[in-house]
Amino acid sequence: MTPSNDAPASFDAALSDLRPSASLKRRRNVERVIKAVLGAMATLSVGVTIAIAFALVRPAVEFFGEVSPKEFLTGTTWAPLFKPAQFGVLPLVTGTFLVMAIAVVVAVPCGLAAAFFLSEYASPRLRAVLKPVLEILAGIPTVVFGFFALYFVNPEITQRFWPFGDVGTFSALSAGLVVGIMILPMMVSLAEDAMSAVPDSLREGALALAATKREMCTKVIFPAALSGIVAATVLAFSRAIGETTIVLLAAGSNPQLTGNPGQGVQTMASFIGFAGIGDQPTGSTGYKTIFAVGALLFVLTFVLNIVSARIVRRFRQEYE
Amino acid sequence: MSATTSTDAVSHTPGEALATARTSGRRRLFDTAFRSLLIASVGLALLTLFALLIDTFLTGQPRLNTDLVNNMPSSRPARAGIQSAIFGSLWCVGLSGLVSLPIGVGTAIYLEEYAPRGKWYVRLIELNIQNLAGVPSIVFGILGLAFIARSPLKWGFTVGSGAMVLTILVLPIVIISSREALRAVPPSLRDGSLALGATQWQTIWHQMLPSAVPGIATGSILAVSRALGESAPLLLLGALTFVTFNPTGLDSGYTVLPLLIFKYASDAKAEFHTVAAAAIIVLLVMLLILNTTAIIVRNRFQRRAR
Amino acid sequence: MGIASSDVLLRVNTMKTRLVGRTLALAITGSLIFAACGSDDSGGSSGLAGNIRIDGSSTVTPLMALAAEDFQAENSGVKVTVGTSGTGGGFEKFCNGETDVSMASRAIKDSEKEACAAKGIETLEFVVANDGLSVVVHPDNDWAKCLTVAHLNKMWAPGSTLSNWNQVDPSFPDQKLTLFGAGSDSGTFDYFTDAINGEEGATRTDYNPSEDDNITVSGVNGDKGALGYFGLSYLLENSTKVKGVEVDGGDGCVAPSTETVQSGAYKPLSRPLFIYTKAEAAARDEVKAFFEYYFENQDALTSEALFVPLTAEQLETATEELDAIESA
Repeated sequence: MTPSNDAPASFDAALSDLRPSASLKRRRNVERVIKAVLGAMATLSVGVTIAIAFALVRPAVEFFGEVSPKEFLTGTTWAPLFKPAQFGVLPLVTGTFLVMAIAVVVAVPCGLAAAFFLSEYASPRLRAVLKPVLEILAGIPTVVFGFFALYFVNPEITQRFWPFGDVGTFSALSAGLVVGIMILPMMVSLAEDAMSAVPDSLREGALALAATKREMCTKVIFPAALSGIVAATVLAFSRAIGETTIVLLAAGSNPQLTGNPGQGVQTMASFIGFAGIGDQPTGSTGYKTIFAVGALLFVLTFVLNIVSARIVRRFRQEYE
Repeated sequence: MSATTSTDAVSHTPGEALATARTSGRRRLFDTAFRSLLIASVGLALLTLFALLIDTFLTGQPRLNTDLVNNMPSSRPARAGIQSAIFGSLWCVGLSGLVSLPIGVGTAIYLEEYAPRGKWYVRLIELNIQNLAGVPSIVFGILGLAFIARSPLKWGFTVGSGAMVLTILVLPIVIISSREALRAVPPSLRDGSLALGATQWQTIWHQMLPSAVPGIATGSILAVSRALGESAPLLLLGALTFVTFNPTGLDSGYTVLPLLIFKYASDAKAEFHTVAAAAIIVLLVMLLILNTTAIIVRNRFQRRAR
Repeated sequence: MGIASSDVLLRVNTMKTRLVGRTLALAITGSLIFAACGSDDSGGSSGLAGNIRIDGSSTVTPLMALAAEDFQAENSGVKVTVGTSGTGGGFEKFCNGETDVSMASRAIKDSEKEACAAKGIETLEFVVANDGLSVVVHPDNDWAKCLTVAHLNKMWAPGSTLSNWNQVDPSFPDQKLTLFGAGSDSGTFDYFTDAINGEEGATRTDYNPSEDDNITVSGVNGDKGALGYFGLSYLLENSTKVKGVEVDGGDGCVAPSTETVQSGAYKPLSRPLFIYTKAEAAARDEVKAFFEYYFENQDALTSEALFVPLTAEQLETATEELDAIESA
């Protein structure tokens, strides 16, 4: 039946008026195009990850064609830009973990404590003041922290008060301390989120059973919020591992296999920054080290992020 | 009535238990210790923040004058300024904001309104965005070096490539905050509009987006302020050059404020450290302005919505 | 509830979007215009216009940065950028066509020349200054006043595990030795390793390398037992932070200075500093003008940058070479 624009003479004719008019068809096409465009935008983000993976994988594979993975992963000297070049990545890995360990030792207890304070002890007015202040700390660029680490923390604090030996111009300790301060706000806010998700009934129950506030915190809230807190810790790890600028400025560029925090170290991320400034010839083995180390870094943070997401998901199920 | 036959000295009635609890000095001690620890932690964070701000201000204050902003970087510390870096930053950050905003909001709209929930590719996109938000920023620099500055795009070390890398960096942030903003729009608004015969896009464009504007604006301003403070990715993109002119176009050489600070801070001459500290103050002020704008925008539109 | 109120809602929401949209657009356009109009008023204008991209050695950078700055003050239409990718990195970019001028603290290698030739780039070499590669120690170091090449070689040879000054020479005290120096992409590195270890690139690897000599200065300054090396200008700039060491190249201890470097008495660590360009770039008006500006003012520039100026012969050679380049 053909659609008609005359007044409907019968039910069938009325039905035909319900068929889409030309303008409605146009409208629908516009909608379809818009949906396609938006969908394309959404896939762009997947495209970015694929691009990162591709950018890292191809030169990394070429690199491993020239340098055996065994040498890379187990060698203890990192001197890729020298002749003879040596490609043992362990000094970078230990450097990264040293800085990360110091940062986590600072950020996790301090962050948890601050989160407990904000969540359980502080009055609403105090919270309203403290939270923005922590946001300020979160918003400070890393280069500012790096400057602070190199020209204040290292000479005034680390070199003066570190009791276990000398601290040089560059030290993993100063860098680690400041990286810890940098990730502190993130730890506080994530831990606080985890704590506020604990139902009040648990709190009230504990207090009703004559627990003090402290006991409520340590024996009730902490275990209840544990998975969220662990997830926050894992994210803090991941952020500390990837930090570049603070380490470049304050920890120097000497990749040493050492456990002494008073010495300078080079981490995976700071090596990439360092090599990038020096700019290796494209296609040389030195250039490819940027990608090999970048791939290692990406894989590490990827795994950490997935682990933390898993933990969070499991945590969410408990209270829903 | 005592029900247990244990041999320890614990009291068995509630009243006695409470009395014991109240009077136990050891517990009190732990309580105070715990509370002091918490306050000390908060105090430490605050102290560090103040130490940082005060030290930076004291170091940079001698060079905090109009010369700093009017002059270009120079090999002579007395004359060194930061103008080219300020404009380089404005260009890079402005461009990245301009590009990431539509794409980010578009993606958020797709994920919230159009994407069928639970489908594997939607879950993949969501997981992907979460992951990208957690990738170290230097990896984006590697991406830029490999694909944008060299091989396929070959844009070299220019404002265009720097802005593009920053765009990719902040995109996940824009997407996540826009999604939150869209989720916060009351469903009645959407349902009402659809019920009145509007199409999905009409509903989004005329109803949901306007209501979500405060959240989206706040999110994008925060993303932009993140881009302003980034140093690591641009290290790999040649922004650490001695540039004494403001960017002239997308293919112009450039430098950005965080990297100029890095350069001055690494210089052996102490006079340059003063300039670096002064530049830090300028950077922090710029960030303060941005964040305050975000807060004002959010409050203003939230008030109107009532 | 009715069509009227939803209509109002629609209008209010549209107004909101428009308001925000307009404000944002205004802000962005405003800042771009502001940026584009940005101060171009510095210094005089001479009609010359163009871009000059310079990159390369961190040793030569202070000199070229100074020249670039002063040149732009007189020719505000020319935009000069100076990057510090190291001598090797600079050559790579130059051969890729990414830069116009490459700074080097050693002569271009044959392999690099060939790589450039393969891409159709023929290099033109200019000596811009002389330099005495200086060895420095902490200001409180009072035992290492003069070091022989043999001493230096012992410290820096590949595979060397010396970690204490008294291992270098028994007369030196018991002090931990920390080494700072140039990174492997640096011409300074190539020159030092060649002169001291006999082979370019041969060195022990457990030291603090940096492409940025400023970092080496800070490093040496922070450690009593430190030793480092970089160009003479960094020593003169930072004479309160580090102390220069006399080097005995076989004919007695010689301290680096203008006279000893120009005469060659400071050996084996005297060296010329170069910039390289290509014929197409040099033929451009603004590039030629920049080179001419440099050689006309090289005395003042090298003194201010604390380099050793060119000898009269070197200057003559350079000017002749420059004149031989015909403008496009």
